[in-house]
Amino acid sequence: MNFLTLFKNQKGLFILCLLLVGAVVLLAPKANNDQTSDIPKGAHGEATMEYQLQELDKLMPKVDVSETPPGFDPVIWDAFIPEDNKMTPERVALGRKLYFDTRLSKDNSVSCATCHDVTRGFTDQRDVSEGIGGQLGRRNAPTVLNAVLLQTLFLDGRSPSLDHQAKMPITNPIEMGFPDGESAVEAIKDDVEYQKAFQEAYGRDINYEDIGRAIGAFERTLVFLDSPFLRFLSGDKDAISTEEKAGWVLFNGKARCVSCHHLSPSNPLGTDNRFHNIGVAARQPDFEKLAREGLKTLAEDPTEEQLEELALNTDLSELGRFMVTKMRSDVGTFRTSILLNIGITPPYMHDGSLTTLWDVIDHYNAGGEANPFLDGGIEPLALTEAEINQLVAFMFSMTDDRFTEENNRQKKEQKALAEKSRPERDEDMAFRRKLAFEDRAKGIKKQQ
Amino acid sequence: MRKAKHKSVETRHMEERRELYESLKNIDRRSFLKVSAVALGTAMASGLAWPHSFQPASVLSPSTSSQGAESFRFAYISDSHLYKKDLNDRFVRALLRSVDDVNSMDPQPDFVFYGGDLAQLGQVEELELGAQILKDLKAPLKIMVGEHDWYLDMGEKWQELFGEPIQSWDHKGFHFVILNSVIEKDFWTERGMKPMERMMTVAGLDNGMQSSFTVGSEQREWLKNDLSKYSNDTPLIVFSHSPLYKLYKFWNFWTDDAEEVQAILKRFKSVVVIHGHTHQLLTNRIGNIHFHGLLSTAWPWPYAPEGMPELTIEMSRPDPFNPNDGCGNGEVITHTDGLIDKVYSLWNRNPITISSTYTSSWGKRDRPPMPNRPSY
Repeated sequence: MNFLTLFKNQKGLFILCLLLVGAVVLLAPKANNDQTSDIPKGAHGEATMEYQLQELDKLMPKVDVSETPPGFDPVIWDAFIPEDNKMTPERVALGRKLYFDTRLSKDNSVSCATCHDVTRGFTDQRDVSEGIGGQLGRRNAPTVLNAVLLQTLFLDGRSPSLDHQAKMPITNPIEMGFPDGESAVEAIKDDVEYQKAFQEAYGRDINYEDIGRAIGAFERTLVFLDSPFLRFLSGDKDAISTEEKAGWVLFNGKARCVSCHHLSPSNPLGTDNRFHNIGVAARQPDFEKLAREGLKTLAEDPTEEQLEELALNTDLSELGRFMVTKMRSDVGTFRTSILLNIGITPPYMHDGSLTTLWDVIDHYNAGGEANPFLDGGIEPLALTEAEINQLVAFMFSMTDDRFTEENNRQKKEQKALAEKSRPERDEDMAFRRKLAFEDRAKGIKKQQ
Repeated sequence: MRKAKHKSVETRHMEERRELYESLKNIDRRSFLKVSAVALGTAMASGLAWPHSFQPASVLSPSTSSQGAESFRFAYISDSHLYKKDLNDRFVRALLRSVDDVNSMDPQPDFVFYGGDLAQLGQVEELELGAQILKDLKAPLKIMVGEHDWYLDMGEKWQELFGEPIQSWDHKGFHFVILNSVIEKDFWTERGMKPMERMMTVAGLDNGMQSSFTVGSEQREWLKNDLSKYSNDTPLIVFSHSPLYKLYKFWNFWTDDAEEVQAILKRFKSVVVIHGHTHQLLTNRIGNIHFHGLLSTAWPWPYAPEGMPELTIEMSRPDPFNPNDGCGNGEVITHTDGLIDKVYSLWNRNPITISSTYTSSWGKRDRPPMPNRPSY
């Protein structure tokens, strides 16, 4: 984004502040992570829990959590709140405490906030997450921001609610590593504060189900929708720049984004909550061999435990939603990601394999990666460089105002990276000089 | 089966056949299979209506291994309706994807059958593009003509590229025949139509101008002659672009001289007819003849409004957000009894297999699971 354009188009002290922040960012003599180097770091590269808690206080408005957040219809909001976990200040406070508590991990080094870090867009900004003992998982940590509005949780949608989802990493051997829920309860049950807090929140002793519920309740407060783009969508014509507006037109037209990233005032997330194979998993060298193995294994109808084991501990996790539904149409599919705040949650895709939003558009522009399970809606887009820039600018306008600083930092950093390298850029494919499947049908192997 | 306002000939036959079964209910299955011709004569004499096209012979004789027939498989691709690449490359990509699908089959199929309508409007560029893409198939290609390939230049370019549209050969104990079932009566000369007008008319649906598809007397003679060398228990697989029966006239899901062709095939113990043109899951059986449709790589047709043959497992409505849904290719696995398992490899769904035992038991055994969404 050009700051001069922004200055011409937009007014107000707030924007001036933005400009100053931008100027600081521009002038800073920095390499990649210098901007965050003064943040005290924990064991896995996340900001320390104390620092995160301070930052969170600055971000979160002081509100009555039992009331519908502004901008929501109470009936709609209620639909997102489970019957057995109505929002109360006690539950949210308990969840907040648990969210940042590393005692919920076997080696006392990992909390929810390790991979869903307040200072890093409530994700960890790494390709895949690091759990106890420095073990790496297989998937990119999705942001918790606005996750309350999702229909299913996890990138393969295997969890139906935040309350359920919040418990899973605790017993995942790579993430927090407890053998079972009871061990996690054991780890905090002597804490008098917790004993009191669980009684106040749920009227019961500490138990695993309520750990999930409380964390879920806290996460439901993380509604971050106040972006320039959503103000534009609700009628403020000057909320975004000309370039960003051009991106929005492309989003709904030539770039075909809207077919999966449904985006409207009534559905502000930018996801259809469905699962698509866009060819990212297919970049793994063994993807198709895995797919055949997976189809064969699942045809033999394994038990739920075997399935969980396979999904967790083998490369079959690359088969995504297929491991949940066993449907061929779900091979290599992952849920359409939320677009709000996308600027501050790099790297992208289920495996974090795309570093910048330019890479993301390059990926789609080339029609994804041809594979036998590719979604039929994925096709070459013939976007020009100017159009790619417009789309990226547009995506950076979807970040909540409270993260403007991080958004600007990301934009600058990603732009610098994209200027150096655009590994997914393939103009022959984008402009259909060569067609998807053409080389494959001829038996030509793609050069890696 | 769906309630339909009008009933096609085939639907009526199905109903007659079902009535027959109802009336024979008191005979258990095992003894029914052993019912002698005399007993059947008695049943007929006792006033049961015997459906015209229903052939009891194959039901009544338990299937035994036909001499020399082997189990093998071949792949199929059909109805790609290619336009020039710069006009529409989605269909081109779909055919490329099919070639890739088939090439990745392990082990490779014995051959690949292409079911017709390679081109959309019979253009030289369309046919050449298709031929070029199909060249990349690793397995040998057998190809049939469809009306979209034919009616611009009356098959000139197609024959230049692919040779004879009508042919037969033997493979592993099976006799294979490819027919040209899309022959129409000359409706164009009298009207002074240009080739492209003729092509566009044939390519259209619901128009009264074109005539119905036929195999024609000349080809029927050829078929009779070709088959004369083969005994009644030779497993026979016939390919025709249109279904060799009468399903829905206005879309030419129809062959006008179907009964005459069926009569030629009648003497064989079992016959499999595989047809393109209908772009959907479609299964039928008339007496000894088992019919299977092919998927299109380009688009799925909705089901015809007059009801479908009873054996058809109708696929549910394709997802409008996924242009691949309802499309695909597939494979055929032959059995030593001369029947086939027909696999519909739908790109966006679990594959559906119509097994030989499903058609041979008139749908009583091995019924594939019904789709979880309604038909359309």
